[in-house]
Amino acid sequence: MNTEALKELIYKMADDLLILGHRNSEWTGMGPLLEEDIAFSSMAQDKVGQSWQLYKILHTLGENDPDTVAFMRNADQFHNAQLCELPNGEYDFSLIRHFLFDTAELLKYQMLANSSYTDLANLAKKVKGEAKYHSMHAKIWIKQLGSATPESIERLQQSLDVALPYALGMFEKSPYEKEIIDEGLFGGEEVLMEAWKAEVEKIISDTKLILPDWSTIAPVYGGRKGVHTKHLQPLLDEMSEVFKVDPTADW
Amino acid sequence: MYGGGNVFEAMKATALADEDPKKLAEFEARIDRGEKIEPTDWMPQLYRKQLIRMIEQHAHSEIIGALPEGTWITRAPGFKRKLALMAKVQDEVGHAQLLYAAAETLGKPREQMIDDLISGKSKYSNIFNYPAFTWADSCFISWLVDAGAIVNQLANSKGSYGPYCRALERICAEESFHLKYGHHCVIHLATGTKKQREMMQAAVNRWWAPMMHFFGPSDKISVHSEILMKWKVKMASNDECRQQFLDMYVPKIWELGLTIPDDKLRKNTETGLWEYTEPDWDEFKRVINGDGPCNKERLAVRRIAEERGKWVREALLAPKAKYVTPLA
Repeated sequence: MNTEALKELIYKMADDLLILGHRNSEWTGMGPLLEEDIAFSSMAQDKVGQSWQLYKILHTLGENDPDTVAFMRNADQFHNAQLCELPNGEYDFSLIRHFLFDTAELLKYQMLANSSYTDLANLAKKVKGEAKYHSMHAKIWIKQLGSATPESIERLQQSLDVALPYALGMFEKSPYEKEIIDEGLFGGEEVLMEAWKAEVEKIISDTKLILPDWSTIAPVYGGRKGVHTKHLQPLLDEMSEVFKVDPTADW
Repeated sequence: MYGGGNVFEAMKATALADEDPKKLAEFEARIDRGEKIEPTDWMPQLYRKQLIRMIEQHAHSEIIGALPEGTWITRAPGFKRKLALMAKVQDEVGHAQLLYAAAETLGKPREQMIDDLISGKSKYSNIFNYPAFTWADSCFISWLVDAGAIVNQLANSKGSYGPYCRALERICAEESFHLKYGHHCVIHLATGTKKQREMMQAAVNRWWAPMMHFFGPSDKISVHSEILMKWKVKMASNDECRQQFLDMYVPKIWELGLTIPDDKLRKNTETGLWEYTEPDWDEFKRVINGDGPCNKERLAVRRIAEERGKWVREALLAPKAKYVTPLA
């Protein structure tokens, strides 16, 4: 087994979940209605919890302990897609991102449930139930707001247009793509992306939103290689503010 | 979490003059027998009004209380704390949801209650008008403010209004986990490195006065509320709650090597009561009337959240919206 390839695969997932979970948690106390406040907080807990489990797997593969890995790295050492780190913006953007990300996340877990790497397969089997609820939550809201008022439709459309290039960036191929597929660790970004596109098309076609032709959208790559927007480092600085007061202390 | 000793206004002697004496007597007899009053039962207008006021303030306190602690979710040190604090603050927002629903059974819609919060017409627990400067402040809130809230809420859960009592029972069960979480955090700081200990002591020094204010003015100077006690709307006096809190938590605070910034604080072994420096009630009044360090900020945040979410709520009400049946 190519350990470097495996680690790269897990780092991308763990970092996606930590950063998006962190962003979701920023909605606490700020949601458009109490029920959504609570929903985003639930998803934040699931995502951060899943990232913790993935960092624990990385620890068994020789990486540092989860707290150190999560709280002590700088932006250029993170492998999350840029989609995850973008600021929450208004609820429309957070919702669109949630929909685009979690549609992919559920499909990814379903694929990983068959991974040849048992620890990852077991985790995927365990948490795909959580991901299913996240995906359902997003779909319900997209269908509702995507066909409600002129304002809600326009807002969702604008956010969709902004988010799509970043969403395609999630599927940036790994330098180890061939080994990952050949060793049965994961079915690969191409397969995942095609399944994701089909699902996104299906949901959007049930609303008044317009999905541009995929060929006209230029993916924003870089996140997987540590290239990030200006928004990630301030997020990390905030996240580690207390931890770094004394990283050796027991908090 | 909610203190709530301060919420009642003076009542006029004529307030019950318009009530049917027979129905009123039956109502009071039911309460005496320990029965719960349910939403469709007859109740005096004054009972309804005071309950709405109390439950609404409690609900507001939950969502406003989510703000000072919520600030620390994104800064919590380590996975364990980050996840626990997220869950804790989420619980508080969930409590608001439960409580608004309980208050709605008395006839006031949630939207109207939130409008009254934002306009400053209804109040919330005064303690959240103080800032949480450090991580230790958030730990103090999780442990001791929640502990104070439990004292008050456990008493009120034995009250007479069914929906409020049932909501409080569920809330208290969750609050007891918050208290364990908060205590765990404070223990780690109070027994940790020099920096951590200093951080925790500074938080205790900052929060002690607001904590003493939390239970409301002394019974000697607070509005008389005999009828509310008789109707089991208010179940314990402000001083009773404060005494119970001091009795349960001062020894635990001292046990951790922390000091409390009140030279006079001691338990009188003869009376069994705690003696303390009388809190500055002028400051309390000033803050509750809008002139505290964070009143404006708290309401501004709430107002912005409401304004930003308006289009979502409108879209949910759109008559032609494609209503989606939940998938599971």
